[in-house]
Amino acid sequence: MSDKPQGRRFQLPEHLKAYQGVWVIVEQERGQAHSVSWELVGEARKLADKLGVEVGAVVLGADSPDLNRICGEAFGFGADVVYKVTDPVLADYRTEPYARVMTDVVNAHKPEIVLLGATTLGRDLAGAIATTLQTGLTADCTELDIYAENRSLAATRPTFGGTLLCTIQTLAFRPQMATVRPRVMAMPDRDETRIGRVVEITPALAEEDVVTKVLRFIPDSAQNEAQLAFADIIVAAGKGLGKPENLGLVWDLAKVLGAEVGVTRPLVQAGWATFDRQVGQTGKTVRPKLYIAAGISGAIQHRVGMEKADLILAINTDPNAPIFDFAHHAIVGDALQVLPALTEAFAKRLQVNRLAS
Amino acid sequence: MHIVVCIKQVPDSAQIRIHPVTNTIMRQGVPAIINPFDLFSLEEALRIKDRTGAKVTVLTMGPPMAEASLRKALSFGADAAVLLTDRKFAGSDTLATSYALTSAIRKLHEEDPVDLVFCGKQTVDGDTAQVGPGIATRLGLQQLTYISKIEGVDTEKREITVHRRSEGGVQVLKTALPCMITMLEGTNTMRFGTMDDLFRAARTPLRQWGKDDCVEDETKVGLKGSPTVVSKVFVPKPRAQKANVVEGDGPAALAAAAIDTIFAAQPKLASELLAR
Ligand SMILES: Cc1cc2nc3c(=O)[nH]c(=O)nc-3n(C[C@H](O)[C@H](O)[C@H](O)COP(=O)(O)OP(=O)(O)OC[C@H]3O[C@@H](n4cnc5c(N)ncnc54)[C@H](O)[C@@H]3O)c2cc1C
Ligand SMILES: Nc1ncnc2c1ncn2[C@@H]1O[C@H](COP(=O)(O)O)[C@@H](O)[C@H]1O
Repeated sequence: MSDKPQGRRFQLPEHLKAYQGVWVIVEQERGQAHSVSWELVGEARKLADKLGVEVGAVVLGADSPDLNRICGEAFGFGADVVYKVTDPVLADYRTEPYARVMTDVVNAHKPEIVLLGATTLGRDLAGAIATTLQTGLTADCTELDIYAENRSLAATRPTFGGTLLCTIQTLAFRPQMATVRPRVMAMPDRDETRIGRVVEITPALAEEDVVTKVLRFIPDSAQNEAQLAFADIIVAAGKGLGKPENLGLVWDLAKVLGAEVGVTRPLVQAGWATFDRQVGQTGKTVRPKLYIAAGISGAIQHRVGMEKADLILAINTDPNAPIFDFAHHAIVGDALQVLPALTEAFAKRLQVNRLAS
Repeated sequence: MHIVVCIKQVPDSAQIRIHPVTNTIMRQGVPAIINPFDLFSLEEALRIKDRTGAKVTVLTMGPPMAEASLRKALSFGADAAVLLTDRKFAGSDTLATSYALTSAIRKLHEEDPVDLVFCGKQTVDGDTAQVGPGIATRLGLQQLTYISKIEGVDTEKREITVHRRSEGGVQVLKTALPCMITMLEGTNTMRFGTMDDLFRAARTPLRQWGKDDCVEDETKVGLKGSPTVVSKVFVPKPRAQKANVVEGDGPAALAAAAIDTIFAAQPKLASELLAR
């Protein structure tokens, strides 16, 4: 293992130079694009500008006004070309037709990079496509860049349970593929006036050829699942809170701030909170404006899930806790006392401000 | 009915440490376990065995010491075990791994046709969730990932109905065998093997296959067969600046000082809070 990247000098074989452009496979289900797709279009824009190539967004589904709206959104977030692939068979996601169509579209238009969200759809589809195309795929990347020396994608991801990061390259194969988890990349600004080219593709699939059938769809009852990924403010608790009853202090503060409550893995394992509230490598990646961490040590597996927060305030009794290495503001103190004090002070402050305005 | 379950032996990552000076992983003394995600798939396979009398074969690719994981799986109730091991497999990425495992499954299929292949949702060391889809694609199996429930397997009609987790809900899917399934974590609890299983596990001969036993194209395994290369491994950078320590005497003063700093740093946040 060395610090110096290898393979930078590698020169691409002639026949692979035809592959150009950075693509995002836009994830849409039931007429809504997944926000991770737009985060990736924003990232693709940066990569494409470094390479001097176009950003392509592939939108698949049954033809509908919703699908057209999504194509427009793709331009707004930075795509130059939208490959609009429509067929009634593509109405619901199923691996077989999606993988078949995507492989054909990639082979026909030859992008050099293909990005997907690391969601249940993206991971399922990416693994299938990369195998058929016999190319490299790097999962759950946290950083994407271009090595200028050979114009190849440098995909960085956590490894060994997040204790290390590694940068992975696909040198002698194209396209280079990567998945990225939601909220890891920033949401780009949208320019509603931006437009681009639409390439219409109608694969003419036959439903009889598809073995897997969707019998029904059971939507999540939205009020039950914590919406951590999209929360602007998160108050998070760790083992330092001592016992489950003390979680109430976190909820109190969250209520005053209109925040969501997050937890570390040990709390989920001990049954103090449900899995949908776990932040970290094996839980949710979050990107709030404010993250208040109470009684959390700052283990790397937790850190990778929250370090992109705009502002991190950590409360910990141990002045040497690792969380203070990456938090912006530190309160060295007992969370059981500081949390109620924060709740009270925030409540007062907001009330005063409200009266004044 | 013949079910193959792919399991991987992994280091118990909760116990991995990084050498403070050399920045390399210290593996010594780290116990090896069956990839925790694979146990949900193994248990589901055993439940199908309970209902249908299917035969369950566990398959792993790894160093000779991975035998321990196979024995463990046998003690839970699996019927047969194959260890795929060869120096030539070293350095395989997910594409090469799925090729090697597919080769072994083909060989098993010749002996006793395979109806279902189970993989874990992902490994805790590789953590890619790619090997399962890789196997399904290579074998032309229906691919069913993130399954939260197997509603039923109809061995007569060769049909299976499952619940698949997707973004925002659950898809209920019906498809035909053969297929590849990865189970979602927490969907079941691994059983304790019976005394009989424990004795049988110790007695059951393991089959050990190398590259020459099943792999057709050896350029597709190991480092040579892997399109991805790891170009750099490094420890996450600490933030350049240490946290600003909020000063104050007692919780109330600390809280007030913290809010002052936050509002000073994020004036927009303050106004947004008001707007709620
Ligand atoms: C493969 C793998 C995946 C993992 N995935 C995740 C994940 O997704 N998310 C996750 O969070 N973890 C994950 N972990 C676990 C992770 O390694 C840590 O064990 C965990 O994050 C620690 O949780 P904690 O900070 O709550 O507890 P601890 O590490 O025990 O820290 C408690 C902290 O509280 C402080 N404290 C004690 N009393 C008080 C008090 N009264 N007031 C204030 N502070 C106090 C202590 O000083 C200490 O720093 C994973 C581990 C592995 C191996
Ligand atoms: N070396 C291996 N031997 C057997 N099965 C494996 C191996 N590597 C991966 N798998 C299977 O593929 C799944 C996904 O692995 P991964 O793509 O590494 O996350 C695992 O949960 C296993 O079921």
